[in-house]
Amino acid sequence: MCASAKYNTRGPALIPRMKTKHRIYYITLFSIVLLGLIATGMFQFWPHSIESSSDWTVEKRSVHDVPVVKLPADSPIPERGDLSCRMHTCFDVYRCGFNPKNKIKVYIYSLKKYVDEYGTLVSNTISREYNELLTAISDSEFYTDDVNRACLFVPSIDVLNQNALRIKETAQALAQLSRWDRGTNHLLFNMLPGGPPDYNTALDVPRDRALLAGGGFSTWTYRQGYDVSIPVYSPLSGEVDLPERGPGPRRYFILSSQMALHPEYRLELEALQAENGDSVLVLDKCTNLSDGVPAVRKRCYKNQVFDYPQVLQESTFCVVLRGARLGQAVLSDVLQAGCVPVIIADSYILPFSEVLDWKRASVVIPEEKMPEMYSILQSIPQRQIEEMQRQARWFWEAYFRSMKAIALATLQIINDRIYPYAAISYEEWNDPPAVKWSSVSNPLFLPLIPPQSQGFTAVVLTYDRVESLFRVITEVSKVPSLSKLLVVWNNQNKNPPEDSLWPKIRVPLKVVRTAENKLSNRFFPYDEIETEAVLAIDDDIIMLTSDELQFGYEVWREFPDRLVGYPGRLHLWDHEMNKWKYESEWTNEVSMVLTGAAFYHKVTPRKKFKCPECTAIDGLSLDQTHMVERSECINKFASVFGTMPLKVVEHRADPVLYKDDFPEKLKSFPNIGSL
Amino acid sequence: MQTRKKYIFLTFLASWLLLFFFGGDQLRRFAFFSGRKAEARRSWPRWTDRSLLKSFAEPEELQRDGDPSLLSPRERRVAWLSGSRGSRCRMETCFDLSRCERHGFKVFTYPQERGQPVSETYSKILSSIERSRYHTLKPEEACLFILSIDTLDRDHLSGHYVRDVGEKIRGFPLWNGGRNHLIFNLYSGTWPGYTGDLGFDSGQAMLAKASFDTSSFRPGFDISIPLFPREHPQRGGDGGWLRHDSLPPKKKYLLVFKGKRYLTGIGSGTRNALHHIHNGKDIISLTTCKHGKDWEKHKDTRCDKDNVDYERFDYQELLHNSTFCIVPRGRRLGSFRFLEALQAACIPVLLSDGWELPFAEAIDWGKAAVVGSERLLLQIPSALRCIPPERVLAFQQQTQFLWDAYFSSVDKIVHTTLEIIKDRLSPHRSRSRFLWNALPGGLLVLPDFSTHLGDFPFYHLRLGYSPSEKFTAFIRAASQAGSLSQPILRLIQAVSGSQHCAKIVVLWSCEKPPPPSWKWPQSSVPLSVIQGRRGLSDRFFPFGAIQTDAVLSLDEDTNLSTSEVDFAFSVWRSFPERIVGFPTRSHFWDPEQGRWGCTSKWTNELSMVLTAAAFYHRYYHSLFTEYLPAGLRELVDGLAACEDILMNVLVAAVTKLPPIKVTQRKQHKEGVAQQAGCGDGAAGTPQPGQRSPRRFSQRQDCLNQLADWFGYMPLVSSQLRLDPVLFKDQVSVLRKRYPSLERP
Repeated sequence: MCASAKYNTRGPALIPRMKTKHRIYYITLFSIVLLGLIATGMFQFWPHSIESSSDWTVEKRSVHDVPVVKLPADSPIPERGDLSCRMHTCFDVYRCGFNPKNKIKVYIYSLKKYVDEYGTLVSNTISREYNELLTAISDSEFYTDDVNRACLFVPSIDVLNQNALRIKETAQALAQLSRWDRGTNHLLFNMLPGGPPDYNTALDVPRDRALLAGGGFSTWTYRQGYDVSIPVYSPLSGEVDLPERGPGPRRYFILSSQMALHPEYRLELEALQAENGDSVLVLDKCTNLSDGVPAVRKRCYKNQVFDYPQVLQESTFCVVLRGARLGQAVLSDVLQAGCVPVIIADSYILPFSEVLDWKRASVVIPEEKMPEMYSILQSIPQRQIEEMQRQARWFWEAYFRSMKAIALATLQIINDRIYPYAAISYEEWNDPPAVKWSSVSNPLFLPLIPPQSQGFTAVVLTYDRVESLFRVITEVSKVPSLSKLLVVWNNQNKNPPEDSLWPKIRVPLKVVRTAENKLSNRFFPYDEIETEAVLAIDDDIIMLTSDELQFGYEVWREFPDRLVGYPGRLHLWDHEMNKWKYESEWTNEVSMVLTGAAFYHKVTPRKKFKCPECTAIDGLSLDQTHMVERSECINKFASVFGTMPLKVVEHRADPVLYKDDFPEKLKSFPNIGSL
Repeated sequence: MQTRKKYIFLTFLASWLLLFFFGGDQLRRFAFFSGRKAEARRSWPRWTDRSLLKSFAEPEELQRDGDPSLLSPRERRVAWLSGSRGSRCRMETCFDLSRCERHGFKVFTYPQERGQPVSETYSKILSSIERSRYHTLKPEEACLFILSIDTLDRDHLSGHYVRDVGEKIRGFPLWNGGRNHLIFNLYSGTWPGYTGDLGFDSGQAMLAKASFDTSSFRPGFDISIPLFPREHPQRGGDGGWLRHDSLPPKKKYLLVFKGKRYLTGIGSGTRNALHHIHNGKDIISLTTCKHGKDWEKHKDTRCDKDNVDYERFDYQELLHNSTFCIVPRGRRLGSFRFLEALQAACIPVLLSDGWELPFAEAIDWGKAAVVGSERLLLQIPSALRCIPPERVLAFQQQTQFLWDAYFSSVDKIVHTTLEIIKDRLSPHRSRSRFLWNALPGGLLVLPDFSTHLGDFPFYHLRLGYSPSEKFTAFIRAASQAGSLSQPILRLIQAVSGSQHCAKIVVLWSCEKPPPPSWKWPQSSVPLSVIQGRRGLSDRFFPFGAIQTDAVLSLDEDTNLSTSEVDFAFSVWRSFPERIVGFPTRSHFWDPEQGRWGCTSKWTNELSMVLTAAAFYHRYYHSLFTEYLPAGLRELVDGLAACEDILMNVLVAAVTKLPPIKVTQRKQHKEGVAQQAGCGDGAAGTPQPGQRSPRRFSQRQDCLNQLADWFGYMPLVSSQLRLDPVLFKDQVSVLRKRYPSLERP
């Protein structure tokens, strides 16, 4: 790029060392070369200078240096927003196409300065927040700089705040965008819509088919499944650091911090305060602040002065009332403070309501029921309030805290509509990290008792103990529900015995050879396994009777999502060593079963984990080292899963009439438990 | 020499520089036009003065938010109420909430008028409402009104079309412009446009309509219901077809469709393209043009060949054997196909642009269906192949859950509709989206019980809660003696010996008043006595005295030891949604009499645990009292020993799982508890002419009547019993946690 500069720095270093008589010659030569360079450079770059400089890569420029576009007075104005628009009518999906990553491509128009015929600015060039938003999009996976490959277009014309706009001219500026095409696939971000006197709930700028990410939609202006409802960003989020407070009771029960409330609302709030005393705090603006104290950071009640937004952390519930507009920036402050918002704004579409479950983080009360607010909130169980506090804070952290969070959530919502089969799930949107870690999401959540007829596949892992293996095969083959036997031959150096030597059994028997001697081969989802139930059994487990195995299968049918096995083992928290310990003596509690003999569902072992201590141990014996290794393994898993996924139980399953004083002949499983 | 060297060197350098800067640039430009690959990604500029940019709104402006004194909120609400035309209706503008305040959510159905034809489907809907616990006969109590005029079929070419509906309803004194009315509709509009038009002015009434179009749907006001066939069962309904989870969750076909192809008219755009994705291998898409009167007139070149292929496959067989099913729009947006696919666990691939999906206000369809776009039909196969198997497995299970929870009977569809409306009335006491979309489903979870998920027995694992560590012992005393018998004193002592016991509550159901407090045994746990009033079913009333998650339900003559209680409680904490207890019964189908029977004989199976000694979750008291209709509780009060069968049936209907039996110490004499169930202690297979035939037949009646009310037999059998880990193992008794369970 900077060719001439480079050349000049090298030039002078060479010249002084040359002989004087050649000097002029060289200087002339260099000058000619230099001039040629400059001339060619100018020739190459000059004609494109405006376009390329505005489009050029990361460049150090001021927003005031952007090109100016003059809008003639008669330049076209888009139609008003079309209220019937839906994705299938107004959005051109063909631009998005099918792509393996399932990500939409978003293009951002370059920044221009728009002036009217008289040269007066149409709007402020760009606000800090809109610049942050566009930077976030530009840095995200969604971004493309290729206008031809884009699926979604984001104008750089800042319409976040309608108050700062000249409506007609802004619309004209939109209409002259190179790919405008009636606003198809264009996305506008607006947080403060409408203006006096009637404060429309959606941006008044005519925008034709453009999608609107708006901050104050009502049910009448919100085009469900087309527009995106976004929060009104509170710049305090970036300025004030409110550390998360643990859940639990706070000083006030209900707090109202808004300054510009309609007198009617204020009267109702004050009535609540009069009725319920100190637990309700209704704040107002401060009238007698000394100079230099920003009024926006203070709130007053009578003569008491409170810091805002810190005071929000002192209350369990915080009222978020509608003002002239439905969307309020105070919602963001309230969530940040971990205060549960009580939203009183009839017909308001809550931010990101398409994906967020607001019932878990807020209380919505119809305006008419404001007088009952106190009793309504009192009826909420304390544990639920604590969860809502946590949830509120999590919503703020994930979706409110920065323009980046808002931008990415908006794009993700649109992305999910276009690639619904790859959409982000409810849980990913709504579960705070604490829940994500502590919860168990069972891949087999539907309570089904699989039919007995399908039977199970026995997988026998063997190395070379052929004699014992054959005994196991013979024993297992007696189990009525066995449908197939699979021998995993884990010895690479030795071939399995010839076909004729294997025991003759009534079910198909298959031998699989493995590439490597690993004990985890047992859990490989072999294609040969056709049943849901799998019995993993070692080649030395000969003590289990056919009744015991059949009963194990019946137990598995009732608990198909669990590992069902025989020898119980326990993990214990070792307080001295401060880690999980592994114990295998006869104990009263169980949290694992060894897979020396266990039934499991084919889906269960799909989670792959590696633990070197657990593989490659052959000829296991119950000595002390083994116990230590096992314990280390458990600790490793616990750290991989982020939590201790094992659950301790004190029970085991026995047949209904186990060891009951009852004729053995009439029992389904008489031959059980005799060691 | 040296100069020449330098000269050559410099010339070389200069030409190299020239080539690099200009030639390189030329090359770059060339690349720019051909493929742009060499171009650096141009991102949004980092403005040098970005920190100087002004905020989009001054903090003052944000906090003040316009001039608030412009319009009074009260005036605005009044203006909304008076000025809302039908098409802009919302709950806050067209629904009179005040009607629901005094009596709660009550639904009134207009009385049937004579000579007024009502279709089979509509009478099913009406009877579902009458079976609901919200039904009232008094219009002045009502919050919601349902017409008796059949408005299901508004296609005026149809035989069920009712004329002059508009005139009739305007004549109803309760009509009130449609306010607080709910109108059911399955078919609207007619050939050729099939618009959403009902043919009369529904005013401010809410619509519960099938094939709802998003553009005419009034969000938060109307309800989209599924299209269901005339023969859809009134109650119960068939289960889903998924009997077991298979993995990989693949079936014979990936994607199937078999249906009509429209050559012209609305909906033909999609139906006429479906054959393109047919590959004859794993994607079967069969269409026929043989429908309607004059199909031959419009037929094209494909028709004859397609019709032959069409006959080769059976629709039911395809449903059973495919992972995904295309559910395209027909003439209208919804189709029967949708519910058929859902039941068959064939994941619906929806190609019906602009369809407001059934109950979308509550149901998250993204978990159970692929919502495709009609325009992107040809991308569907590759998109489906990319869905990972664990997601497919989750989809399949979710279809079954949704089918069973909300769609399998007319009752469920209608009750879901009512519950959604009820939830809107008090948003703070309503079900979260999570609740609607997780087992056991929104109908079985009462927000009036609690709004906290941890208070229900169903979500512990999913949300990482654990049930409370204490239980309340709840003893029902019904002996006529009026004094404290030996067994009850023993029982109180045993129960209060458990460290997990928080409280003992005695329900005194005798005619004589309970003994004074000093006569009760003193123990470390608080004891309270409640005077029983109602019938047998009042033992399952949600008494305020029960505050713990777990209830240990006992009869006064139950004989239990502290270890038994402790062990059973530890088991219950692992299965908080089930009944965990001691004496059991099992049910069976008696083919000779064609009815259900039950036995108390020691068998290898069990399907009921008697509530004379059982742990269960406190929520089931609320469900029993609030969810079940009053008629069913009266039935139970009238029959002997039916209430615990009903409790078992209810829990099984909710969980779809059997109860759990735990170890009970051997007793020489089988306690009276044995006789409280169905059939006497010694009664084996039921035979007529037993000792107490009347009592016995009442129990059989009970089971059969319950099965009839639920529409199926919810009980599930189990073959196992849970024992302590070392139970009867040959280990020293000293090592066992519950040694006393093994003592003879």
